[in-house]
Amino acid sequence: MKPPRITDSSLRDGSHPMRHQFTRDQIRAVAKALDEAGVPVIEVSHGDGLAGSSIQYGFSGTSEMDLIAEARSVCKQAKIAVLLLPGIGTVKELKQAVDCGAHVVRIATQCTEADVSQQHFGIARKLGLETVGFLMMAHMRPPQFLLEQAKLMESYGANCIYIVDSAGAMLPQDAAERVKALKEGLSIQVGFHAHNNLGLAIGNSLAALEAGAEQIDGCLRGLGAGAGNAPTELLATVLDRMGLNPGLNIYKLADAAEYVIAPMMPYQPIPNRDAITIGYAGVYSTFLLHARRAGERYNIDPRDILVELGRRKAMAGQEDWILDVAQDLAKARDQQKASGKTPAKDSQERTVYA
Amino acid sequence: MISDRVKVAILGSGNIGSDLMCKLLRKPGLMELALLAGIDPASDGLARARTEGVRTSSQGITEILEDPDIKIVFEATSAKAHVRHAKLLREANKIAIDLTPAAIGPYVVPPANLGEHIDQMNVNLITCGGQATIPLVYAVSRTAPVRYAEMVSTVASKSAGPGTRQNIDEFTFTTARGLEAVGRAEHAKAIIILNPAEPPILMRNTVYVMPKGDFNEQDVVASVEKMVAEVQEYVPGYRLKSEPLFDLRDTPDGRKTVIVILLEVEGAGDYLPKYAGNLDIMTSAAYRVGEMFAQKILSSQGALV
Repeated sequence: MKPPRITDSSLRDGSHPMRHQFTRDQIRAVAKALDEAGVPVIEVSHGDGLAGSSIQYGFSGTSEMDLIAEARSVCKQAKIAVLLLPGIGTVKELKQAVDCGAHVVRIATQCTEADVSQQHFGIARKLGLETVGFLMMAHMRPPQFLLEQAKLMESYGANCIYIVDSAGAMLPQDAAERVKALKEGLSIQVGFHAHNNLGLAIGNSLAALEAGAEQIDGCLRGLGAGAGNAPTELLATVLDRMGLNPGLNIYKLADAAEYVIAPMMPYQPIPNRDAITIGYAGVYSTFLLHARRAGERYNIDPRDILVELGRRKAMAGQEDWILDVAQDLAKARDQQKASGKTPAKDSQERTVYA
Repeated sequence: MISDRVKVAILGSGNIGSDLMCKLLRKPGLMELALLAGIDPASDGLARARTEGVRTSSQGITEILEDPDIKIVFEATSAKAHVRHAKLLREANKIAIDLTPAAIGPYVVPPANLGEHIDQMNVNLITCGGQATIPLVYAVSRTAPVRYAEMVSTVASKSAGPGTRQNIDEFTFTTARGLEAVGRAEHAKAIIILNPAEPPILMRNTVYVMPKGDFNEQDVVASVEKMVAEVQEYVPGYRLKSEPLFDLRDTPDGRKTVIVILLEVEGAGDYLPKYAGNLDIMTSAAYRVGEMFAQKILSSQGALV
């Protein structure tokens, strides 16, 4: 095993728990701390990628282009990465991000729809960017299927393909099998992006590493959607113990987690009741806060909403389905009440979906 | 001799071209489908046209340009291809009804501005998501000025052909401009999501509208419901999932009431099954616009007699 390259996504995946309200000062402080600790790639974007600022996903407090430029201004060695989801962001925003100092683009598609990214990889390469393909919700398809999608991105010009466990639903074996299939079938690097909904972010990242992954994502204090991601400081420390530290200063990273990011976090993402349900149901981690809101509005247990979304096979970015499901569940409940039937026993009822 | 129908051609034998062919064959109205032109002789669309007895060509636009009787051409290729074709069609004096997001001609959404561009030689139908959601934004803006509109279109993977996939940036860009130009929102944003679930999902659109100032919720509901009925006249499977919702959201202008409209579009099942409401709304709109131009051509011919 070789030491992996670490990309820190606190300033992108972390945008979700921050409700996309990162300030210029916060971005500078975090980017500077990561840069000084030796992190080679720092991702900065709206949580849903460039141009994600919207009613659907939440408006950015500060323009992401300004945030990218701020991060770039304090980094001495780290490269700035941006996330682009075709269908949300376009090459127009990508070009703006490059003007603001982005050097790496991570182009994310549903793991079944890699062919929507062809134009974006082509232009990214022309712009001289390092390119990463992000296969989201990768728990939903088997390894060989993912390999075919990864090959498409490789043919479009990707330098690396990530298996992205957007739902935090994978077990270590799932992560390992998927990375291994890509390693065997591709001639470019492979990466892994974990979520901690089932408490397996570090474990899955290690399984991916053992299976050959060369790039791993983390976020300080795990700050990210759902139960968060693999904590960068923890990942670095574990890698150091394994003799695989890729040149990160583990004291400085722990300080960055403790004194820079923790004070700005609205809450500590953990595998709590609703986040565990996301991993269990296999839905997009960012549904967490949206499902809670809809649950409050319609007086429904957010777990019921999340499990139903899983049953309907909701994909990344489908936050608007949450309202559909909440309405449908509320309607069903009200009809049941009106007909005078005893509601089905809660806990037993729920297991039926799985 | 004056024919009672105007000869039309479809350029592009993919999902959209094939679906439009089905509609023209089922109910020709004032149009006669003279030719389906593609570039892949083995495409399913051309094969089906041959079975139906429709003249076909796999030489792209060439045969269309050579036939002076063809007056109207439905362009169902890709935005890039249409940029080239638009010029050729204009030189050949043929009306182009553009179903790609190339947006060379003015935008047309039938229930909002059908008659406005009848003198143009090239009109654009924006995108399937635009045809589905612009009527709703227009319905709100006719009761209260709209500061911002946003649409999210989720379609089944199987209903998105290679043209859509290669032009996804053009989809988001053109749809947003359509929400502004025809829906009359000051600013707009469009998002498209492909969902691979089996069985395939019906086309689902969510429209968020932020009016500029205060507005009357009952007027909005009434205007939206009236619009839905208008669209149902040509797309029967166009329906709201619930009454429009009014939801407080954090916006750049502070906490504001946002109108949320959840829309489902079930297709007629002409070429692709009923889940592909995105095809149906596009081709039904194209058919409507085609009828309008055909009517104009026929009445001018009548005037010459």
